[in-house]
Amino acid sequence: MSTANGGYYLPEPSPWPVIMSSGVFITALGFILQMNGYAPGPWLMLAGVVIIVYIMFRWFGQVIGESEAGVYNEQVDMSFRLGMGWFIFSEIMFFAAFFGALFYVRVFSVEWIGATDMLWPDFVAHWPTAGPEGLKAIAADTEPGPGQFSPMGAWGIPAINTAILLTSGATVTAAHWALKKDDRGSLVFWLAITSLLGVVFLSLQAYEYAHAWTELDLTMSAGVYGATFYLLTGFHGFHVTMGTIMLIVILIRSMKGHFKPDQHFGFEGVAWYWHFVDVVWLGLFVFVYWL
Amino acid sequence: MSEAAHHHPTGLSRWLFTTNHKDIGTMYLVFAFMMAIIGGLMSLVIRAELFEPGLQLVDPNFFNQMTTVHALVMVFGFVMPAFVGLANWMIPLMIGAPDMALPRMNNWSFWLLPPAATLLIISLFVPGGGPAAGWTLYPPLSIQGGMGMDFTILTVHMLGISSILGSINIIATILNMRAPGMALMKMPLFVWTWLITAFLLLAAIPVFAGAVTMLLTDRHFGTQFFDAAGGGDPVLFQHIFWFFGHPEVYILVLPAFGVISQVIPTFARKPLFGYSSMVFATAAIAFLSFIVWAHHMYTVGMPVAGELFFMYATMLIAVPTGVKVFNWVATMWRGSMTFEAPMLFAIATVFTFTMGGVTGLMLALTPVDFQYHDTYFVVAHFHYVIVGGSVLGLFTAVYYWLPKWTGHMYSEVVGKWHFWLTMIGINLTFFPQHFSGLAGMPRRIPDYALQFAEFNMWSTYGAFLAVFSQLIFFYLVWKTVKGGEKATDQVWEGAEGLEWTVPSPAPYHTFETPPKVS
Repeated sequence: MSTANGGYYLPEPSPWPVIMSSGVFITALGFILQMNGYAPGPWLMLAGVVIIVYIMFRWFGQVIGESEAGVYNEQVDMSFRLGMGWFIFSEIMFFAAFFGALFYVRVFSVEWIGATDMLWPDFVAHWPTAGPEGLKAIAADTEPGPGQFSPMGAWGIPAINTAILLTSGATVTAAHWALKKDDRGSLVFWLAITSLLGVVFLSLQAYEYAHAWTELDLTMSAGVYGATFYLLTGFHGFHVTMGTIMLIVILIRSMKGHFKPDQHFGFEGVAWYWHFVDVVWLGLFVFVYWL
Repeated sequence: MSEAAHHHPTGLSRWLFTTNHKDIGTMYLVFAFMMAIIGGLMSLVIRAELFEPGLQLVDPNFFNQMTTVHALVMVFGFVMPAFVGLANWMIPLMIGAPDMALPRMNNWSFWLLPPAATLLIISLFVPGGGPAAGWTLYPPLSIQGGMGMDFTILTVHMLGISSILGSINIIATILNMRAPGMALMKMPLFVWTWLITAFLLLAAIPVFAGAVTMLLTDRHFGTQFFDAAGGGDPVLFQHIFWFFGHPEVYILVLPAFGVISQVIPTFARKPLFGYSSMVFATAAIAFLSFIVWAHHMYTVGMPVAGELFFMYATMLIAVPTGVKVFNWVATMWRGSMTFEAPMLFAIATVFTFTMGGVTGLMLALTPVDFQYHDTYFVVAHFHYVIVGGSVLGLFTAVYYWLPKWTGHMYSEVVGKWHFWLTMIGINLTFFPQHFSGLAGMPRRIPDYALQFAEFNMWSTYGAFLAVFSQLIFFYLVWKTVKGGEKATDQVWEGAEGLEWTVPSPAPYHTFETPPKVS
């Protein structure tokens, strides 16, 4: 164990961050090469991701070990809370860029292309659109003919997924209450339900993507509608994937007897993150699917 | 005892694995000044080509790569990391904390930088060369460029992760690690400006990450965010970019404001005039920085209502900035001033930054900007702000705290030579650019009309003087690290604050038991 300075835990020198950086570098280099058609690209990416995942195991493993050994006092706990809270804030700003792009094209730029007689005099501004030279948008969830795409309607899978995520927000809170009452059985039960809901959400999302891509001709190339649709739902889906993995990790930790009724930041951090992906989804449901 | 060995790993692994805020701060500063050398040499390529009209040294595409990479290196590789380095070194010392709140993450924040910089440098050597679209990366140029642009985009992502993690750490440290009695409104101004800067970073950097991600998918994955044929709009990128970009310029300069708010009271031997108004002015600048972005885009074809809103909002920034300048001057008023190198640099910062601020007000006027837009007037303006504000502020900080870091006094004579040659150099470089810009010389152009020849010649002389004067600075820092007159704990007669209560050089671990602040 290291120095506890005035009670605040200061870790020993650690090899994990610098190895993590090399993993990130190799992944980035591989990604660039892959996008530009160089053969080693995918292999470098694979190697980089393996390094990243391995280091995450070791680094988080060490933090969990230190936490369970009881070296973190309340002040350290507060540092973690501030860290996670502001990390989520930065994630919100990341999504804000894509929501901003969506609002800008819907409110301004598509209108402007329709309003001008230059370049495309016949273009009529209407959302959804793939632009004056893109596929023509038809009614939602209908089979497109040649030169057409069909946007995604709100009241099929997206509505079901909304219900699933809202329910999972409630179940993770039930798990939290159980943890605070030291009811380990209910804690594991509700966490398992929450993780399962996450997996079901992702499965339905995957099905929806396949349906959109192959049957509705709604691809990333379907103009600015396809671009905003896939980037917004795609990054959200990635965050749900991360959240689900985090839920499964704290589920396993709960089964091992980790967390105390009065000290369980690892649990709360994941719960905050889960509520964050939930709220982002509500924005997506309203502005991407529904309105 | 093995604990001592534990705390001082030696050789390379000390620096690779360290979780110590002073080690990490030192690495940030060394990295930043290495980047400054690279970026400075690139600026000399630009100035050498512009010494005379006509194309003589480099081809235009390479010239554009130089302007682009010079800016990216200086903004993201030099100024930002240098101030994070100062934050790492000084914030725990100034608030009486044993270290940063999250030391392992702190190490990661730094060690993301060298690989990111490597990606950016590699981009210059790949087919098609480095990014040549300007640091603002506007589409469609940035979509048409070669794979160097992909290197740039991934560089931005890695630097972004580093900045976000660093900011989280700074916020957690300031809010959670202050010594008992160190109330928020007792914190040194440098700590305050960094707290607010960290909020700016957390709100702005992820938006930039989103913008370059859209560039990347437009380049390689078939999306049409910035293509009107698909319903998108290239101007959309400019809006998102400058939503990040304008707060970014305050990210560069607010910590410098903090530094000179420490230094001027020390050498005027008076408390800072208007402490709380300084804090609120900083917060007001930070808030306003998020609602003025489109003043970078007056000529893009915005609705008149937009032009007017952004013009008035921009001019409002002059109010809190004016409060700050007034307070610095009022602090000096009737003080017992002495003019050691940090004080010289601090006063110069106030002076040259204010000149950049005044040209900023000129550029804020929409109808006037229609004339100035994309001319050398803009180049002169932002170099007065960034070199005259941020970089001089950085030198202020280094001279001020170098004795605390090294335990030695630097040579005041050498420091003054560095100061005066730098001042002459940068003013000779950038002052004539106001005139060439007003006369209509466009920026980012390797060749120009004959009537601008004289201004450009002065500019080039100035740039070579300014860059080579920095050799004096590196010599001075090297000599001070190696030896010199022993520095006292307080170092400066008028210095106040917790960092001056610890020995010089500051021991590896400080404030292991928190000090009491009355």
